[in-house]
Amino acid sequence: MSKTIDTRGLSCPTPALMCLEEIENSTKNFDILIDNECSKENISRVLKKHKYKKEEIQESEYTIFRVQK
Amino acid sequence: MKNIFGTPMGIVLAGGVIGVIAALLQYFGNPANMGFCIACFERDIAGAIGLHSAKVVQYVRPEVIFIVIGAMLASLATKEFNPRGGSSVIVRFFLGIFAMIGALVFLGCPWRAFIRLAGGDLNALLGIAGLVSGIAIGTLFIKKGFSLGRAYKQAKISGFMLPLFLVAIFVLFLIGFEKISLSTKGPGVMHAPVILSLLGGLIVGVLAQRSRFCTVGAIRDLMIVKSTHLLFGLLSFTLMVFVLNLLLGQFNLGFENQPIAHTDGAWNFLGMLLAGLCFALAGGCPGRQLILSGEGDNDAAVFVMGMIFGAGLSHNFGLASTPKGIGAYADIAVFIGLFFVLAIGFFNTRRLS
Repeated sequence: MSKTIDTRGLSCPTPALMCLEEIENSTKNFDILIDNECSKENISRVLKKHKYKKEEIQESEYTIFRVQK
Repeated sequence: MKNIFGTPMGIVLAGGVIGVIAALLQYFGNPANMGFCIACFERDIAGAIGLHSAKVVQYVRPEVIFIVIGAMLASLATKEFNPRGGSSVIVRFFLGIFAMIGALVFLGCPWRAFIRLAGGDLNALLGIAGLVSGIAIGTLFIKKGFSLGRAYKQAKISGFMLPLFLVAIFVLFLIGFEKISLSTKGPGVMHAPVILSLLGGLIVGVLAQRSRFCTVGAIRDLMIVKSTHLLFGLLSFTLMVFVLNLLLGQFNLGFENQPIAHTDGAWNFLGMLLAGLCFALAGGCPGRQLILSGEGDNDAAVFVMGMIFGAGLSHNFGLASTPKGIGAYADIAVFIGLFFVLAIGFFNTRRLS
């Protein structure tokens, strides 16, 4: 069971920062729940920069990024 | 569909076009080095609806209104319109008040700080130094876990509140409603033709919504996530205002005799320090708050209302600067503001965990 980071309802830059914290803690696999496009773009940029891969899962009210190093 | 404005090229393009529009609106009549200053223009709207009686700064600025409408239309078209709210509402209202008080000590929002610099006003350097310092203090809180808490989904109609309010003011202005106050002298009479202001606002609203253009975010993201993405937008914006100013003969280098500015460096710095800290804790510059309001963000809309209310207080209480210098009670207000915003920072850190 991988760790889940819930960024829903949080405003910039907190979602990107929460993602960065996991990266800096060297977490290899985690899920991030995101509910707005702006945060998706920000988090995507952070992941790309740190060479993490992600798989997008679309739920009805939010998106899950399944992240892997 | 991939958002082309989310790319580095996209933000540079958006920032550049926004800069061109700012300089052109000045050419067509907006006050010099103001382009579309969100703080100044919200202040003019506050005056127009009678929240303050500073006769020289009362006008219904279509730019502000149609930036919100542009963002609303863009977000509706891309299904990003997302009515949400409930994150520290009253705190955001007061952050808006103090952001406006600080901005009116400097005489400009972050957008105008860069517009002033691009027009050769070197006093803006002090303001930008204050802005960067304020954002730096804000990022210290954010890195320690500062958050105003989660927002939650709200009824769709909530997202239309601010846009409807602004459009209502615009309609009253168009039909010449007698209770709308309009300046007969001063910066308030300087304005581009309504249709150009309206179109300029719409385009800026759409571009800023798609690109997430944000001046405070540009500096903040550099400090927090070491991302230069938004910074490129800000640099492109400033560069294009500068180039257009040169081409249109609007460039005038120096500290003295700058339009709608004063030369009190310490207060230019401190005013923007306060404003920058408020914007950083509220999650974006005043332009970005308008965009988020258009996307249905109730909390951003409350911040905008706080700024409009704050403009009323600033002028009624003698806090706003004039070209002669700062207001009679500006010093005490800025210190109260700094105390308030630091308290907000301390009391909202690590609330999530």
